[in-house]
Amino acid sequence: MDLSLFLIQTMNGVQYGLLLFLIASGLTLIFGIMHIINLAHGSLYMVGAYLAFWISSYTGNLFLSILLGLPIAIVLGIVIERFLIQRLYDRDHLDQVLLTFGLILIFDAMQSIIWGNDVHGVPIPDALRGGIMLTENLAYPTYRLFVSGVCLAIAVGMFLLIQKTRLGMIVRGGASNREMVSALGINIRWVYTLVFAAGAGLTAFAGMIAAPISSVYPGMGNSILIICFVVVVIGGLGSIKGAFLGALMVGLVYTWGTVLVPQFAGAAVYALMAAVLLWKPRGLFA
Amino acid sequence: MRSLPRSVQVFLLALTVLLAFYPVFGEMLVGDRYDYWLQKLTSVMILAIMAVSLDLLVGVTGMVSIAHAAFFGLAGYTMVMVAPEWDAGSIWILLPAAVLAAALAALVMGVLIIRTHGIFFIMATIAFSQMIYYIFHDSDFAGGSDGTYLFGAPTVELFGRELLNLSDRVTLFYVTLVSLLLVYLLLRTMLRAPFGRVLFGIKENEERVRAMGYNPLYYKLVAFVIGGTLAGFAGVLSATQYQFIDPSQVNWHLSAEVLIMVILGGLGTLWGPILGAFAFEGLHYWFSSMTRYWELPMGVVVILMVLVLPKGIAGGVMWVADKLERRPSQKVQREETAAGRPMEVKHD
Repeated sequence: MDLSLFLIQTMNGVQYGLLLFLIASGLTLIFGIMHIINLAHGSLYMVGAYLAFWISSYTGNLFLSILLGLPIAIVLGIVIERFLIQRLYDRDHLDQVLLTFGLILIFDAMQSIIWGNDVHGVPIPDALRGGIMLTENLAYPTYRLFVSGVCLAIAVGMFLLIQKTRLGMIVRGGASNREMVSALGINIRWVYTLVFAAGAGLTAFAGMIAAPISSVYPGMGNSILIICFVVVVIGGLGSIKGAFLGALMVGLVYTWGTVLVPQFAGAAVYALMAAVLLWKPRGLFA
Repeated sequence: MRSLPRSVQVFLLALTVLLAFYPVFGEMLVGDRYDYWLQKLTSVMILAIMAVSLDLLVGVTGMVSIAHAAFFGLAGYTMVMVAPEWDAGSIWILLPAAVLAAALAALVMGVLIIRTHGIFFIMATIAFSQMIYYIFHDSDFAGGSDGTYLFGAPTVELFGRELLNLSDRVTLFYVTLVSLLLVYLLLRTMLRAPFGRVLFGIKENEERVRAMGYNPLYYKLVAFVIGGTLAGFAGVLSATQYQFIDPSQVNWHLSAEVLIMVILGGLGTLWGPILGAFAFEGLHYWFSSMTRYWELPMGVVVILMVLVLPKGIAGGVMWVADKLERRPSQKVQREETAAGRPMEVKHD
């Protein structure tokens, strides 16, 4: 094993981990603040990827597609929250699981009806094509670096938003005491809608920027959903910090597993989860 | 677990008898499609075994597990791997091996996650069951994503004499029917015993059960292993029926569908989920015959079921039975429902 392979795989792992963080943070935010388990979270990732493919097939520009597609995904999130999720706040987790699984079925069917069942690719934007020379004869794809940078910037922005702003304070307040925030004259229902829409937007955005790397295919939402569960279980439910650490760990273990033990790359991530659960039964930060 | 009203008992018995006589009158009823429906009914009864065993976890103990398909599929895969490659295996080896594998997997998974609650438990069951899925999906020892075949149904022989021929469809139909009844009666007996009362107690209030001197973790783990073992048993029947297994039978989507059967039928009643399995598969068949995109109407039905019908088919049957029998307890129950469903606030 030479050093360059090590370096590239580590960078791929970090990039995958940061992408996972975008998706898992939405999942853990929605849980932490609204106490809702959303199985359809992965479907929104899929919707993002398909929107990127669909719009860029007309515009030919990924960034324009993101600009046009993101509002669609956010509106979708608002509609789902207002019409369905909002009826679940006083119900137990079982009802949440079933209703959001019903949503998965509907999303899967809509995807086959609208876009068919073929695998599609999305071209990398011209400006980010090619690679950056790490050493004299070792290049790393620019687009992957770009994805890492964007994810990292969003992670920092989210941290600042939640910890340092008034809006973040209201959201944190809503997580610990819904009635109290409501009594202070804040419309908590809209805060929840906002959080859900933000989660949907984050996931869809992750699907859009991942589309050129991972390609766009049916069922992509389900596999990412499960990996995000692993991330959240490792990090601890409701913890953004945990989601960040968990996502990086999963990203690195997954990419390294693919290189070292390709037979069990899928299972290696779960072995990590089992190890964490043995050590800390509620995850690292819960 | 209280006894069922007489009219419900009669209703369920009538349905069972009707089902048991399908091989007799089926040909008159559906003609050419007799064989198709014979197999379909067998596979639905196998799913019903899964549903009733999942009800033990979800409806009785309050553990929302989405790992049932993992035990179901693991048992099937174990049969394929233990059986001789070019010959039918003996049931006396395959059945214990497969059921034991499922039980062991449930025990290991249970030890890791039994201390967690609520959403965390749900996520952990999905994640671990997908681990088993990926092991079979990525492997080359069991056909990978294409799946693999079992060479013939297991033989049932005693001292060299054949007792049952499981490749005969009518025989398998009756074996499955008897299995379903036995599993139902076993769980029902268990729930009437003190063990079952502790499980119901855990669903209501785990802390109080602990305060009474029972260790809820132990009871939950035992229930989880029993549920997983029975799902494995259903997996044995399924592998015997189709003599084929692929990763889709381990996928969490199957677990979620079985969960829908449980809710559709009626949570915590044991007999409800059996009806739920028939109702779900009936809807599945109906929607598939109308459109290629059966998931769309099914998703709408699932969402409506959650929003409108939380008590499922069993709730409806009990309501009709109450009307018919005008039992003295009717007034009390009315008052309970009038007061509304007690709101559960869970924070975890």
